[in-house]
Amino acid sequence: MSEFSVIGKSIAMVDSAGKTTGAGKYTDDFSLPGMLVGKILHSPYPHALIKRIDTSRAQALEGVIAIVTGEDAPNQYGILPVGHDETALAVGKVRYVGDNVACVAAVNEETAVRALEVIDVEYEPLPAYFDPEESMKAERDLIHENRPNNIEKDYHHVFGDPEKGFAEADFVAEARYLANEVTHAAMEPHCTLASFEIDPHTGKQGRLTVWSSTQVPYYLQHKLSLVLELPMSQIRVIKPLVGGGFGGKSEIIPLEIIAAVAARAAKAPVKITYTREEVFWAHRGRPRTIIDLKTGVKKDGRVTSVACKVIQDGGAYCSYGIVTILYSGALLGALYDIPNIRYDGFRVLTNKPACGAMRGHGTVNVRFAFESQMDEIAAKLSLDPAEMRCINLLKPPTVTVNGLRVLSYGLPECIDQVITRSGWKDRRGTLPKSRGLGMACSHYVSGAANSIIRSDMPHSTVNIKIDRDGGVVVYTGASEIGQGSDTMTAQVVAEVLGCSLSRVKVIAADTDLTPIDLGSYSSRVTFMAGNAALRAAEDVKKNIVSAAARRMNCSPEDVEMRDDRVSKRGTPLESAAGLPEAEAASGHVDGQILRGSVLQTRKEEGLKDNMSFEEAVVSAIDFHGGLTGTGSYAPPVEARGGKHKGAGVGPSPAYSYSAQVAEVSVDEDTGEVTVHKIWAAHDCGRALNPVAVEGQVIGSVWMGLGQALQEEMVWKDGLLMNPGLLEYRSPSSVESPEIECVIVESVDPEGPFGAKEAGEGSLAATIPAISNAIYDAVGVRLREVPFTPERILSALRAKRGMKKLEMTEGVDPTQPKKFREHGGSLWFRGKGPDRHPADSARQGALAGGGD
Amino acid sequence: MKKELIELRVNGRSHELAVEPSKLLLDVLRQDLDLTGSKRGCDDSSCGACTVQVDGVPMLACNMLAASYQECEIATVEGISEGAGLAALQKAYGDFGGSQCGYCTPGFMMTVRWLLANNPDPSDAEIREALSSNLCRCTGYSQMYQAIRAVIEVERKGSNPELVGAKA
Repeated sequence: MSEFSVIGKSIAMVDSAGKTTGAGKYTDDFSLPGMLVGKILHSPYPHALIKRIDTSRAQALEGVIAIVTGEDAPNQYGILPVGHDETALAVGKVRYVGDNVACVAAVNEETAVRALEVIDVEYEPLPAYFDPEESMKAERDLIHENRPNNIEKDYHHVFGDPEKGFAEADFVAEARYLANEVTHAAMEPHCTLASFEIDPHTGKQGRLTVWSSTQVPYYLQHKLSLVLELPMSQIRVIKPLVGGGFGGKSEIIPLEIIAAVAARAAKAPVKITYTREEVFWAHRGRPRTIIDLKTGVKKDGRVTSVACKVIQDGGAYCSYGIVTILYSGALLGALYDIPNIRYDGFRVLTNKPACGAMRGHGTVNVRFAFESQMDEIAAKLSLDPAEMRCINLLKPPTVTVNGLRVLSYGLPECIDQVITRSGWKDRRGTLPKSRGLGMACSHYVSGAANSIIRSDMPHSTVNIKIDRDGGVVVYTGASEIGQGSDTMTAQVVAEVLGCSLSRVKVIAADTDLTPIDLGSYSSRVTFMAGNAALRAAEDVKKNIVSAAARRMNCSPEDVEMRDDRVSKRGTPLESAAGLPEAEAASGHVDGQILRGSVLQTRKEEGLKDNMSFEEAVVSAIDFHGGLTGTGSYAPPVEARGGKHKGAGVGPSPAYSYSAQVAEVSVDEDTGEVTVHKIWAAHDCGRALNPVAVEGQVIGSVWMGLGQALQEEMVWKDGLLMNPGLLEYRSPSSVESPEIECVIVESVDPEGPFGAKEAGEGSLAATIPAISNAIYDAVGVRLREVPFTPERILSALRAKRGMKKLEMTEGVDPTQPKKFREHGGSLWFRGKGPDRHPADSARQGALAGGGD
Repeated sequence: MKKELIELRVNGRSHELAVEPSKLLLDVLRQDLDLTGSKRGCDDSSCGACTVQVDGVPMLACNMLAASYQECEIATVEGISEGAGLAALQKAYGDFGGSQCGYCTPGFMMTVRWLLANNPDPSDAEIREALSSNLCRCTGYSQMYQAIRAVIEVERKGSNPELVGAKA
């Protein structure tokens, strides 16, 4: 018999039937009587003062119930306590094309749209900043007055002695890497439905209920409270099914606040659903990033020192920016053993939609640069890239030079697995022309060890209620967003209680019902909510066991719970309790509660060795007067990192590890890259549900593939040129290669049943694995992501000294210097909005300059 | 715009409805019939989340005027479940992880059912080609192929859909 009954088995998600039948409800599937439709008016200017808003014509339209503007809810908020720079609707100034100016609540969509057209807004355009390096030079017309030089935040970290490390190096590589902007593009557009109740005592608007597509219901409750000046206890946030998040719903998106503000003004429920274009403007994706990276190594490939300067084009608001720029530096550590690190990070404001957290938050672009440079160094020193990585492995348990504690470390086995499965040693160098193999590694946190709101509160709490029916109800604030959070919770509880999964019902993410949980981001749910669920189940189990021990006349240590039976250790399992197995498991037994009591009285007469789960539950309730349990999780103090400024971001109780090999071929005439296969090994500690882990790993690799080859938000003067799924082009089934996922189980000492992160860590390795494979195939090193045909072609032509093509503006993506308008692509070379006469870029253009 | 009376046949039932001639089939399904299984995921008919079958052919409900389809048999994801149980394809999508967040799943259901109805033994390339009309952002499609292969296997053997669960 296996060690576990439920853990480690591939099972369908507990909510899967609702998804395949269409019965499952997402926020936009709900409506309320008297519900109005909200539509938002967006700014057409990247940077402008709002001189006047006249809503009178719109207000006069039949069917328009309320129009709200910035003045209706001027309190500032933001996801980070240090970054409260947003308002529900713009107050005095707009900062990007798409910024929120006003909201109409009307009886239907058609009326609301008509009303938007007749709202008269007078703007006074200001010079705008689009390039992060230009923006850092700004001295006037700042995006936020309290952010000099448009720098949101900069950090300068030194660990060890980087200069000494470079002096000891036999070889130093140095280059600039550019990663363009990508967005989550979750299939479900954001949606929020807000409704106030009338308070029976005051007769006025009282409690607020909000249904929203969010990864963080408790943060939403908190920010709504700030903006609406309502106590949190008067706000209920319910998270229905969420159609994908990837970080895009891990903070407060403007419509979530605006819907509540509009509902308050309209005195009726208001639902706002973004169009796909609005989703692109709401964004909060992975920022454009400039990485200046320098790595020093000994002849044998041992890394002696790393210096990394990162500039992130953060867009117009702080969002998660400070965390992002810190992750970029902190997670230089904990993958390999790097003795000396210098990190300079700049989070810069520009007049574009705000960037935030996206799958692999902060690490992905820097990992691309690092793993590419490692490959360059290996080529230079004639080392096998896989061996070079093995030379630089950590020796856990350890604390890295930048204060990250690493206990479980499955990276060596991950590398071994992908090397073996891909035939790396035999096939590399023997493939046909223009075909190559590349490898890379990555890692990610299993939740942040420090909450974004500094406090001693637990990061997750889970409650369990078991009643006489033998049903186990688990209350968790963890947010299911498709990753399997509810299923993981049910599995953990069923395993601890030794009951079948069908007994367990998970009630999740409803701030009135479920205890506080920080939400689904930074891959924290399995580790933290899983540990809380484990502890809650153990808490309730304690009471079942003590009552059962009494009835079985043994010590509690000798009571076992497994397979819906509670028995004295060593006694054979039998269905002596009277209920046939099938009935016991299904729970559909007429008069079960009564029968349980009857059975119990009868059984009181004699001792027994063995009883059904229901019987044990009934006797525990009779003995204790009720059966509930609670458990919570806070990361241990040892895992919370160092003391330097910014040390709070990066530490995690455990890290996942990934190694990947990609096989690609390049069409040297068209520049098109075809990925044939990716082998991805991921160390997730213990796989609680292998089919779900594989789904997460394959999904991450696939999303990395999209960023590597084709996904790119293309900007022209602050205007997004491709705000639709058709132009954004995430890979379809015909462009998606086979991905072979290998699960490596390092069994973490602190994870629930040894589990750690599975949903994000693999993404970062995919981009450099493909880049390295392209180099292996055709000998060009692309230092600018994505590797579009245009970039590949111009790199190939530059290598051969051929005439530069107009379509790529003569820029060589093997030596990129700065971001180009419209990504340099002819396809997107449309006309952007007029720029302010004082814009430096416009001045340059008039003088016939540009890049 | 003034409403007109139309008659729509959806999942084998007739509905008399008063809708604007400009109203899209997707909105009629979701708002007037409360069949919210079909989803809206884009503005430009590129995502396939609203896919329904019209006389057995997958079509995008976000791109069709409801009033123009009065003579047709419209099938939505809600019509798939056989009796009270899951169809083999639905069970397989659950068991093999073909559905994560699930928002795209109803659209895929309608597309894949069309594929298997018209080509009971498709090649890998044919499956990929058929699925390319629908976007998924979670799965990378791989586990969908496993689910589809499992259903084909079940159909071929003529065995009970219950057997589709045995993966691990």
